[in-house]
Amino acid sequence: MKTTTESTDLRSKFAAEFEVIESGMNGGSKSHIHSIRRAAIEQFTVLGFPTIRNEEWKYTNVQSLVNRNYVLSFRHEAVLDRAAIEPFLLDSLNAYVLVFVNGFFCETLSSLPAVQGKIVVGSLAASQQAYGMVIREHFAQHADYSSDAFTALNTAFAHDGAFVWVPDGQVLDRPVHIVSVADARSSDVFAQPRHLIVLGKNSQARFVETSGTVGEHMGFQNGATEIYVGEDAVAEYYRVQDSGGQSALVNTLNVHQEQSSTFTTVTATLDGLFVRNNVNILLNGERAEAHLNGLYLPTASQHVDNHTLVDHAKPNCNSNELYKGVLDGNATGVFNGKVLVRPDAQKTNAFQSNRNVLLSETASINSKPQLEIFADDVKCSHGATIGQLDEEALFYLRARGLGEDRAKALLLYAFASDVLDTIALAPLREHLEIRVAQRLHKDF
Amino acid sequence: MLRIHDLRVSVAGKEILQGINLEINPGETHAIMGPNGSGKSTLASVLAGRADYEVLGGEVSFMGKDLLDLAPEDRAREGLFLAFQYPVEIPGVSNANFLKAAVNEVRKYRGQEPLDAMEFLALMKDKAKLVEMDPSMLSRSLNEGFSGGEKKRNEIFQMAMLEPVLAILDETDSGLDIDALRIVAEGVNKLQNEHRSVVLITHYQRLLNYIVPDHVHVLYKGRIVKSGGKELALELEEKGYDWIKNEVAQAAV
Ligand SMILES: Nc1ncnc2c1ncn2[C@@H]1O[C@H](COP(=O)(O)OP(=O)(O)OP(=O)(O)O)[C@@H](O)[C@H]1O
Ligand SMILES: [Mg+2]
Repeated sequence: MKTTTESTDLRSKFAAEFEVIESGMNGGSKSHIHSIRRAAIEQFTVLGFPTIRNEEWKYTNVQSLVNRNYVLSFRHEAVLDRAAIEPFLLDSLNAYVLVFVNGFFCETLSSLPAVQGKIVVGSLAASQQAYGMVIREHFAQHADYSSDAFTALNTAFAHDGAFVWVPDGQVLDRPVHIVSVADARSSDVFAQPRHLIVLGKNSQARFVETSGTVGEHMGFQNGATEIYVGEDAVAEYYRVQDSGGQSALVNTLNVHQEQSSTFTTVTATLDGLFVRNNVNILLNGERAEAHLNGLYLPTASQHVDNHTLVDHAKPNCNSNELYKGVLDGNATGVFNGKVLVRPDAQKTNAFQSNRNVLLSETASINSKPQLEIFADDVKCSHGATIGQLDEEALFYLRARGLGEDRAKALLLYAFASDVLDTIALAPLREHLEIRVAQRLHKDF
Repeated sequence: MLRIHDLRVSVAGKEILQGINLEINPGETHAIMGPNGSGKSTLASVLAGRADYEVLGGEVSFMGKDLLDLAPEDRAREGLFLAFQYPVEIPGVSNANFLKAAVNEVRKYRGQEPLDAMEFLALMKDKAKLVEMDPSMLSRSLNEGFSGGEKKRNEIFQMAMLEPVLAILDETDSGLDIDALRIVAEGVNKLQNEHRSVVLITHYQRLLNYIVPDHVHVLYKGRIVKSGGKELALELEEKGYDWIKNEVAQAAV
């Protein structure tokens, strides 16, 4: 009996795993980073996996997912060849590619800059020695592990992921493509990539992250990314979730923006069994600008949850948010968009919109905008709509000879293209235009 | 070409068309006039296949087929075209892309090869010239932000592209300036021939100066209460509808 309890109680399994890893560390267990890991595992043990009694997880139930018998990725040697990860690659990006299998860097599948100049593009584990100072300055400073269980868990096991450092005034000449694959060919697997991106003053960089599962079993990835965007820096971070198969994803993006910086993120969820995306943006300097956009197209019994938080901590900042969803089959969706305007943050402009189309009677979405405004001189607006396709528009197109399915596809594609249009990285936009068209059966 | 027999239609439980009879032969031009709310647009919409109407009775045959049995897209493919009184704005769908799909759907239905990009472009240029439409409007989203007159002109442009056998123009003249009215009317005239028919729904004689009707009908309270030649329109312009309303009231006594 005891073994059954052990194998299904993922929380205790992680706690035990932590002890094993720690005891194998020798001197490393005294390091600064490890002291954070220890604090995080203690926090996770207190918090446990969230239940639907937790307000932030009210409509997203992870209990059945965390009750599976996962192989924790530390115990698993994963070897994938290029063919296996092909679906997650985007050659047209002409990017530096960092491939992580079960959360660990896979050098043979990656392609790094030929010569490392001032800019660092590599793996977090491999960069600990050479860039310890930068890492210590930022690691776990932007991702809050005190209240969010998944972030605590990720922090406790943070060992590898992408590390990108663009020093002051530097511009990354190509996008960085982070590929996170769970190798679930032989069993359910739980992986936790941890990425750290530090962008100095007046620097520029673009990122694409694709994630998914290879194999027939469940691949659960609890990923966390921290991005520090320095003064006047400009950054884009795109997340593409388009993996077939058994894919569960909790993906948390934590962004810290300094004065006059611009950050744009787009999250496109085209496939995946269970997806929870978090975006937490702190606008920590005046005149900073954040754009958060998302598109989700769940079908069958897929679940997609987008939680966003924009924290306006300083005056004169702008935030702009557009999330759109098309839900079919028995799909369920959640949008929760919180905008916090602190007392200091006068002259804030914050706009948020969430629009959804339900294609079936059994699809559903819970949409909740949350504005908490503590300053008086601000411009904030939000809106959420849930509806069917516009019947008038549909009739108009059909009256011109378009079949019903095709007319619907055309309208859905038009609905979705608003979000795709916000993708400045052209090869990615073109790729997604094709994929979205395929998903919506817009066959022309 | 089109035969409507005793068509009765209700919307939201209210009987709007109360027994319409109308026959349109190839090459003919008909004008339908009548006071606001008499059911003109309802008739046009029912013919085009809008869903929210309930047909209570009657028959409509078009090109030998039971029109009411066809899906809206099949009516269009058979050659029926409705220029909407209020064209819908569809953001994100480009005028040109949409029309390419529409034209090729219609061609497919007729057993013709689809037009390739070059052929389509040439056709579009040609037809845009016919209605003197600014080519920049073709790359814009369908009707989005178009002025009232631009929307109407776009309807006629679509008609030119699709070459229907029966075109029903629902108040296409309203919202057009004087020059645009002439251009659009000339466009319609150029498209007409002995196989193609036009139904003009209008309130004004000025359109009928350009497109001269063979028959004029007055629709009032869901019925065609009077039909005549082109002189009837002139008479209505001069005297209004009161005399017709009186005639109807008298007949009912
Ligand atoms: N969806 C609807 N629900 C309720 N009533 C409707 C609906 N559609 C049309 N009607 C009513 O049907 C009647 C006929 O409308 P219709 O639009 O056909 O008139 P019309 O002759 O085209 O008028 P106009 O000259 O003003 O364009 C009107 O009284 C209108 O209010
Ligand atoms: Mg009308």
